Amino acid sequence: MKGKPKLRVTLLTGRTIEQGVGKEQGKSSKEYLESVSVCYIDPEDLKKLGIKEKTNVQVSTKFGSVIIRAVKSVRGPHEGMVFIPYGPWANVVVDPDTDSIGMPSLKGIPADVELASDRQIADLAELLYAQFGKK
Amino acid sequence: MPVIKAVTCPVCGCLCDDIELTIQKGRIVKVKNGCAMSESKFLGYPNHRLLKPLVRKNGNLVEVSFSEAVKIAVDILTGSDYLLLYGWSSTSCEAIRVGLELAEEMGGVIDNTTTVCHGPSELSVQEVGIPTCTLGQVRHRADLVIYWGSNPWSAHPRHIERYTSFSEGRFEKSEWGAYLSKSKSLTAKKKVESVLRRVVPREETAIPLPSAKEPFPALSKEGRKLIVVDVRHTRSAEIADYFIQAEPNKDYELLQAFRALIRDEEIEVDQVAGVPVERLEEVADVMVNCNFGVLFFGLGLTMSSGKLRNVDAALSLTRDLNMRTKFVIMPMRGHFNVTGADIVFTWQTGYPYAVDFSMGYPRYNPGETSAIDVLLRGESDAALVVASDPVANFPRKAAEQLVKNPLIVIDPHMNATAQMADVVFPSAFAGIEACGTAYRMDRVPLPLKRIVAPPKGILSDEGILKRILSAVRKAKASTQRKVA
Repeated sequence: MKGKPKLRVTLLTGRTIEQGVGKEQGKSSKEYLESVSVCYIDPEDLKKLGIKEKTNVQVSTKFGSVIIRAVKSVRGPHEGMVFIPYGPWANVVVDPDTDSIGMPSLKGIPADVELASDRQIADLAELLYAQFGKK
Repeated sequence: MPVIKAVTCPVCGCLCDDIELTIQKGRIVKVKNGCAMSESKFLGYPNHRLLKPLVRKNGNLVEVSFSEAVKIAVDILTGSDYLLLYGWSSTSCEAIRVGLELAEEMGGVIDNTTTVCHGPSELSVQEVGIPTCTLGQVRHRADLVIYWGSNPWSAHPRHIERYTSFSEGRFEKSEWGAYLSKSKSLTAKKKVESVLRRVVPREETAIPLPSAKEPFPALSKEGRKLIVVDVRHTRSAEIADYFIQAEPNKDYELLQAFRALIRDEEIEVDQVAGVPVERLEEVADVMVNCNFGVLFFGLGLTMSSGKLRNVDAALSLTRDLNMRTKFVIMPMRGHFNVTGADIVFTWQTGYPYAVDFSMGYPRYNPGETSAIDVLLRGESDAALVVASDPVANFPRKAAEQLVKNPLIVIDPHMNATAQMADVVFPSAFAGIEACGTAYRMDRVPLPLKRIVAPPKGILSDEGILKRILSAVRKAKASTQRKVA
């Protein structure tokens, strides 16, 4: 099989207005779950990966990896930087290290992004089950 | 239809208290003055609701009576040696007070969501101090507004409109009109460019990037100036007069560079954090020459490399600026009562978050007594989560430990944490179905109103915690009697 292009990026997590509106609809609402299972990628980086918007990608860091939907970022240009809104999907890949002050490192984490169009995004129950073994 | 005015919005730290709600048959049907998040909460809160207490039996959550849920929760609590009590930023101060009493009773460790948002800011404030003010002062007087590592357009949608650039102050006017005409001319420019692109081949129309030598009309304009510093061109950056795009994890360097520049020191490099020094010099001039400047900072500083040291630099920059002009600084607090949680924690225990009662008296050492660290070291053996969703917001390794041990959740909604819990208590929404007090991000307390009645049999967070606390005390007393 031909090797898929892999891109080394800096991962940021944070808020989006869609996540803010979604969370107030309820944490199990479709709006919330759809707003936090996406990864905003710069158009130039999408080109480098050879993918179109709304394709599934795998984001991996040394703390874990997650399948998530790639969305073209309109907040660019921010080549080499990807953005995932706070939520259960982002948690899989963020850095838990608190540098001894209580605060995990949730922004500026080295990560790899690669195409994963053949893999499905887990729904919340599947994601929680895969991580914690509880339904 | 009755309209309730001056409602405090229980969503973000802005705590807008000018919301008007129209009520029909015990439901909110119309929201006036609210932002998208506010409207979403007031109209959408009855959806995905929990209406009965749940208890995990044979691996599944099943509905039980309130008293049975209390009994099982008390068994978990009294059986635990080191309980973690977490959440607190989306409930009333009154509920937080009972939570602290319970933490002391259990000899547990209690932490609020500050620990994963502005925890480093609290540490820094304790070290450096904070020159700050209320948002009313900012609204009426600030002629320079800086948002650093913060995106109010998305996280605090009405902050700019109510307190800063787009608010009509007594001494400073709103920049809304100027922004509208600027955005109209920008749209027109984009249209022209798009036509040009279609007519002329691409290479010839390539627009040159602005060079560092070009002057900034935006920074020399009259009236309020808005500067945004961020690693991404956020929606807030779009409305700014000037946007500084810094490289990730370089905020510390950039803040220290500004400190040097406002003391008229030379910087012997061409750029700092990817920003040409000439640009920084112009911004430093604007900072020094303003009459009343304000720096709002967000999680861009507290979550990236440097953490509390970034905030140290921001607080020190503000302190230095006060040698030249009037400058204040304020953290952009996220949840509606996270400031209240810090305040209640402080007046009850002496510390704003991460308070450990295991020695019988309050002890505070973030990094040791903070929720994430307690979980990463695998020390807690049970947890009580109130009005928060740590399973959706903690790094996986920390959440794993939370889920592995018995977990009690008090929340109005079904969320990821409730799905993983062993006991779930449905509660009334503070600020919609239960009254109380909350603190705005500038530490001004505001009343939360009870707008509609909660569903039958649903208590407030405070009510549930009081019932649990009294049941725990009874259980402990009866064990002591048996021992005696």
